[in-house]
Amino acid sequence: SATPEIPKEDDRPKWDNKFQYILSCIGFAVGLGNVWRFPYLCQIHGGGAFLIPYFIALLFEGIPLLHLELALGQCLRKGSIGAWNTISPYLGGVGVGSWVVSILVSLYYNTVLTWVMWYFINSFQEPLPWSVCPLNENRTGFNKECYESTAVNYFWYRKTLNITPDIAESGTLQWWLILCLATCWAIVYLCTIRGIETTGKAIYVTAVFPYLVLTIFLIQGLTLPGATDGLVYLFTPNLNTLKNPRVWLDAATQIFFSLSLAFGGLIAFSSYNPQKNDCEKDAVTVAIVNSITSLYASIPVFSVLGFKATTSYWDCLDRNIISVINEFDLPEESIVRQNYTSWISFLNSSHPEKIAGLKLKSCDLQEFLDQSVSGTGLAFIVFTQAIILMPGSQAWAILFFIMLFSLGLSSMFGNIEGVFTPLLELQIVSKSTPKELLSGIICLISFLIALCFTLGSGSYWIDIFDRYAGSVPLLVIAFFEVIGVVYVYKIKRFSKDVKWMTGRKLNLYWQITWRFISPLLLLIVFMAFVTLQMLKPPSYAAWNPKYESFPMKEEKVYPPWVQAICVLLAALPCVCVPLVALFHLIKQKHRSKDTSLVSPEVFYCQGANS
Amino acid sequence: YAWDANEEYLFKAMVAFAMRRYSSKSTTQISNVLLCNVTDRVSFWFVVTDSSKNVTTVPGSVVEAAIRMNRNRINSAFLLSDKTLQFLKITSTLSPPVEPSTPVWLIVFGVVLCLIVAGIVFLIVSGIQKHKKKNKESTEGENLEEKVEVTVTLENGLPCEVLDLKAGHINGVFAADDERFTSL
Repeated sequence: SATPEIPKEDDRPKWDNKFQYILSCIGFAVGLGNVWRFPYLCQIHGGGAFLIPYFIALLFEGIPLLHLELALGQCLRKGSIGAWNTISPYLGGVGVGSWVVSILVSLYYNTVLTWVMWYFINSFQEPLPWSVCPLNENRTGFNKECYESTAVNYFWYRKTLNITPDIAESGTLQWWLILCLATCWAIVYLCTIRGIETTGKAIYVTAVFPYLVLTIFLIQGLTLPGATDGLVYLFTPNLNTLKNPRVWLDAATQIFFSLSLAFGGLIAFSSYNPQKNDCEKDAVTVAIVNSITSLYASIPVFSVLGFKATTSYWDCLDRNIISVINEFDLPEESIVRQNYTSWISFLNSSHPEKIAGLKLKSCDLQEFLDQSVSGTGLAFIVFTQAIILMPGSQAWAILFFIMLFSLGLSSMFGNIEGVFTPLLELQIVSKSTPKELLSGIICLISFLIALCFTLGSGSYWIDIFDRYAGSVPLLVIAFFEVIGVVYVYKIKRFSKDVKWMTGRKLNLYWQITWRFISPLLLLIVFMAFVTLQMLKPPSYAAWNPKYESFPMKEEKVYPPWVQAICVLLAALPCVCVPLVALFHLIKQKHRSKDTSLVSPEVFYCQGANS
Repeated sequence: YAWDANEEYLFKAMVAFAMRRYSSKSTTQISNVLLCNVTDRVSFWFVVTDSSKNVTTVPGSVVEAAIRMNRNRINSAFLLSDKTLQFLKITSTLSPPVEPSTPVWLIVFGVVLCLIVAGIVFLIVSGIQKHKKKNKESTEGENLEEKVEVTVTLENGLPCEVLDLKAGHINGVFAADDERFTSL
C-alpha cells in the first residue's frame, strides 16, 4: 500500500477569517459594471423583462462556473498557473491564459480609476468645474467647443482626456493624468503590498463603502422630482424583447463578465482558504449578492436619470415658452408648463406662420428618458450633469466618485492577486526576496506600461482593450476550464474532492450543469459573440470638433494596424492554451513514451498541497 | 413687482444717468428719454434725444456704449440680472469664473498623495522589522524541528496523529479512506 505523504505545514498566507474571504470575492465580482452596465442593459432590453434571461443565465452559467473556480482553487491550494499545471501539464496553458488576461485587464482598469480620481479631486471646487464653460479669448462668449456641445462634455473630452480626433493621432502625454495614474498605482501598491494580508484589511472598507453610498443615493434619488418616471420606465417589463436573441446573449455575457470569472483571481482567493470549507455555499452566496447589488444599484441610477430627463424636459419647455412669449409679447408667466400645450395649439390655429418661424423644438419626456448611456458616458457625462442640478452638488460628487473608486479598487485587488499569486508560486524569485518588492515591481511596470493610456488617444485604446482583451479570451478560458475539470480531470474525482471539502455529495444540479449545460452555453455564447463582432466592421466613435455634425461623434473605422492589435489582444491569451499543450507534448515525446494526459490516480485533493 | 409708470420713470432716470456718466456732460434730462410700444411682456423701444441739437436722437452706438458701461447699475436698480433684463443688440461681456492662484485640485491631490506615501512607508518599515524578527526566530525554531524528525523515524516511518505541533493539522489521509490499506 502506498504511504501517503504527510501534508506539510505550509506557510501559505491565510485569510484572517471567513468573512474577509467572502468580502474579497464579492468585492472582486461587484465592480463598475454593476453600476454602469447592468442598468443600461435593463433599460434597452425591456426593463423588468430582462431579469428573466438574467436569472436563467445566473442559474445555468454564473453559479456553476463560480463554484467550479472556487472549488478548484480551494482544493489545489495554488494560483491559476500552478493549479492548472497540477491538473495536467497539458492544461497549464489555461492558467497562463488567465494570467495574461489579468495583466491586460489590470493595465487598463486602473486607468479608468485614474479618471475617477481626477473627477474626485476636482469635486472640491465651487462651482464644479464641469458646470460652467470657460470663456473664449475676447471674453464675449463661451469657448466654441464647449458652447456647441455641453460644459460636461467639454470637461470630459477636453479637460480630462484632451482627446484627439483620431486613434492614429496619439497626441501628447497629459501630465495631470500621469499624476493621477501614479497615485492610483500607489494606492493599489499600498493595498496589495503583502498580498492578501493587506488586501484583506483594505477590503473591509472598499467592499462595504459602496453599499453605504448607494443607500444614500437611493434615499436622495427617490426624493428628486421625476425619479418615479425614471423608475417606472426602467422596470416596466416589455416581454416582446425576449424574442430577440441579442437580449439572451447580453444577459449571458453580463453575468459572465460581472462575476469576474476566468481571471484566475477567484482561484487565487480560494487557494488561501483552509481546505475543509464549504465552497458550494460560498459560490451561491457570492453570485446572489452580486446580482442583488446590480439590482440595488440600478434603483438610484435610474432615479437620477429620471430626474435628469425631467429637468431636461422642463428646460426644453421653458426655452420654448420664452421664445413664444417674446414673439407674441405676452405677459410674463402667462404660459407655464402646465398650459403650454393648450397655448401652442391655440396659437398654431391663429398664427401658424409665426409659430413655424420660431422653429420650436419638440419636447417629449419619453425621448429624454430614451437617451440611454452606459459605461464611462453614464458616470462622467450623464451623472455629473445630474449632480450639478442637485442641491449641495460638491458633496454628491465627492460621494459618487469615492464610491466608483472603491468599486473599481476592490475589483483591482482580484486582478492583481490573479497576477501576483502565480508569480509567487512560479518561484521566479527566491524565497528571501520580500513580497513587498515583488508587488512593487509589478505595480511599477504596470504604471509605466499604462502611461500609453494617458496619451490623447488613450481612451480609444482603453475601449479596444475592453472590447477585445477583456471579452473573448475569458469565454475561451472558461470553456477550457469546464472541459478540463469535467473531462480531463474527470468529474468523478472532482466530485470526491468537493465532497471531502464540503462534507456533502455533489447534487444533480452541479452534475448536470458542469457536465453539459455550462460548456454548451459557453460555446453558444462564444460563437454568437464572435459572429456579432465579425458582422459589423470594427469602428469607433471619435470626438472631432471639426466634424460637420459636431457634437455628434464621428464614426470611424480602425486602421489596419489597429485591427491587427485588436486581433492580437484577443488571440494572445487564447493561444496560450494550445501552445503550452504543444510544448509539453514535445517535451514528453523527447523524454519518455508516457503521454498520459493526467498524472496517475494517487492524487486526491487532500494530497495535492505538497 | 408690477411694471407701472413709476418703473418707467425709474428706467428713464437710469438711462439718463448712464448717458451723463458716459459723456460726462450733464445735459441729458429724464424728458430726453422716450419710451414707445410698451407691451405687457414688458418690452419696449426707447430713444434718447439730444435737446441741445435740435431734438435729434443720439446715435444708437453711443447709447449702447453708455448702457454697457453702466449695465450693472441698471440691473441692480431693477433687482434683475443680465439674463432677466435684456437689451437687444447689447451683448454683455461675461465675467470669467473665479480661478484661485493654485488650482484646488492640486491641493487635494497633494493631500491624497502624502497620505498614501506615508502609508506605504509605514508598511514597508513594519515589514522589514517583522522580517528581522522572523529571521531571529527561525534560527531558534530549526533546532526544534530536528528533534521532531528524530521522533518520526523512531515510529517506523508512520507518523502519529499525536504529533500536533504547530497548529492542529488533522491528517485527513488517515481519517478518511480505510480501503486503501489492506485490512489486518
